Amino acid sequence: MKLLLIAESREGKLLGGSYELMAFAQELGAETAMFLVGSEADLPKYDGTLYLADVADAGEYNPEAHRALILDVIDKEKPDSVVFCHSSYGWDLAPRLAYTLKAAQISEVVGVADGNMVVPVCNSKLRREVKAGTAQTVITLQNGAFGLAEDPAGTPTVEKISGGTGTVIEFSGFELAEAGGVDLAKAQVIVSAGRGIGKPENVALIEGLAKALGGEYGASRPVVDSDWVEHNRQVGTTGQTVTPKLYVACGISGAIQHLAGMKKSEFIVAVNTDKDAPIGEVADVLVVADLKQFVPVLTEKIQAL
Amino acid sequence: MKILVCIKQVPDMESKFKVDESGTWYAKTDLAWRMNEYDEYAVEQAVQLKEQCKEGDITVLCIGSDQVKETMKKSLAMGCDRGAHIKDDEASGKEPFEIAGVIAEFAKDKDFELIFTGMQSQDRGSGQVGILVGEMLGIPSVSTVVEFSYEGGTLDLKRELEGGIKACVKVSSPAVITCQLGLNTPRYPTLPNIMKAKKKELLSIDIGDLLRVEPRQETMKMYFPEKKGGGLVLEGEAADLADQLIKILKEKTGVLA
Repeated sequence: MKLLLIAESREGKLLGGSYELMAFAQELGAETAMFLVGSEADLPKYDGTLYLADVADAGEYNPEAHRALILDVIDKEKPDSVVFCHSSYGWDLAPRLAYTLKAAQISEVVGVADGNMVVPVCNSKLRREVKAGTAQTVITLQNGAFGLAEDPAGTPTVEKISGGTGTVIEFSGFELAEAGGVDLAKAQVIVSAGRGIGKPENVALIEGLAKALGGEYGASRPVVDSDWVEHNRQVGTTGQTVTPKLYVACGISGAIQHLAGMKKSEFIVAVNTDKDAPIGEVADVLVVADLKQFVPVLTEKIQAL
Repeated sequence: MKILVCIKQVPDMESKFKVDESGTWYAKTDLAWRMNEYDEYAVEQAVQLKEQCKEGDITVLCIGSDQVKETMKKSLAMGCDRGAHIKDDEASGKEPFEIAGVIAEFAKDKDFELIFTGMQSQDRGSGQVGILVGEMLGIPSVSTVVEFSYEGGTLDLKRELEGGIKACVKVSSPAVITCQLGLNTPRYPTLPNIMKAKKKELLSIDIGDLLRVEPRQETMKMYFPEKKGGGLVLEGEAADLADQLIKILKEKTGVLA
């Protein structure tokens, strides 16, 4: 089996997901070639052929151009599967490529079983095994599902490629996250609020517990999207990645995007009414309770210590 | 301006799921159903655009059994003008390429200036349909949009990337936009608008009239993931739970030392 791995970079910097693609290939024992729109200044440690298009020509976000470049490489390498990260880059480009290739696309793969791809369903509550009906496939991998390649080493054989134009979508730059505010990465204890807090007034409960534990409070995406908590306190893929000594997830079901941002915390406590919530997968302790009743009691008892 | 919004009805994700008899999907009984969360942002953006332009006609499309009409009525009450219900009792088994094919077949001769979809569904989560619709219709698509502005056929968009970074993107209509959470604040339908929605046109079309593509993938099996966490589960009275947790935190973490 041969895989074409689509690595990613941003502003010339290689992104870590590229090593997850290699880990997937290692698990399958597949032959690989790699494709990257990036910079010669930051190449992956990789023992193989790397087709490199200069981001200065191909653009940071230019799906038309990137597709055309990948199609040229596919012509040469004839891979069985083209593998992307399930990222803002991958989930945008993969369906476009699959469409042109007339290939099945299987999204957010978390495992392989009996030659079929395993993907999550319903916020990771269920799993689904998917069989592709086309010889060639396009696959995106869930962030973190396959880990990083073991001891990536080597210097790639770089084959420079160019060409591929795209004029329909015009990219005009990045907007960085608002600076300032809280640096959750430095906090030893983080207590986070999820959708289960129910209303903005209840943020105070979470903040109170965080204070009692000498930490900071954070939030999951829905709470930030509702403007109940400012964005610089968001934990998860599109917010901050944190590794405190203690992480308390209150009313957070545990969407993969949130888990990716906190699962490496040293000790995780989840407070949730749903015993089957995916947060239970990463929690050291799952307290099955309504946070609105439990958190004030816990806070009071900790303050009384 | 003609606008199409594509929505899906999904189970509430807090539901207790069961695998059905076929072993390839979740049982559809005993579930609470709602509009796919991402699609609420799509509906809201379409309605805001119509309000901004002071003219427009919004069609909301949904594929599924008669049950999905309830969810369609919500989007009509939010401000969509008409509904196109693609009747299909087997919709859950359709893979993204088929769903996109049906939408594109419906849209191809209707000159929609903008097509809004959610960036993914909460149940399948494939994130393919919107982009595939754009490919099939030969119009540009931009995914994962968190900021949207429209001026005379030009769209200024921001895509959400990882780590709080956004990519600024410009594209001309016609185009497909896939909506990410946080793009706007979806409105709650008011009672008068719920009443008005009952009189809006809700056209029913059989799936067979629009399905022209073959599936490219098949679900072989559905099951619950193995619990690998092995974490401790505590149940009981709040005060008792708090005491137990404090004991654990003292033993296992340095936090309360």
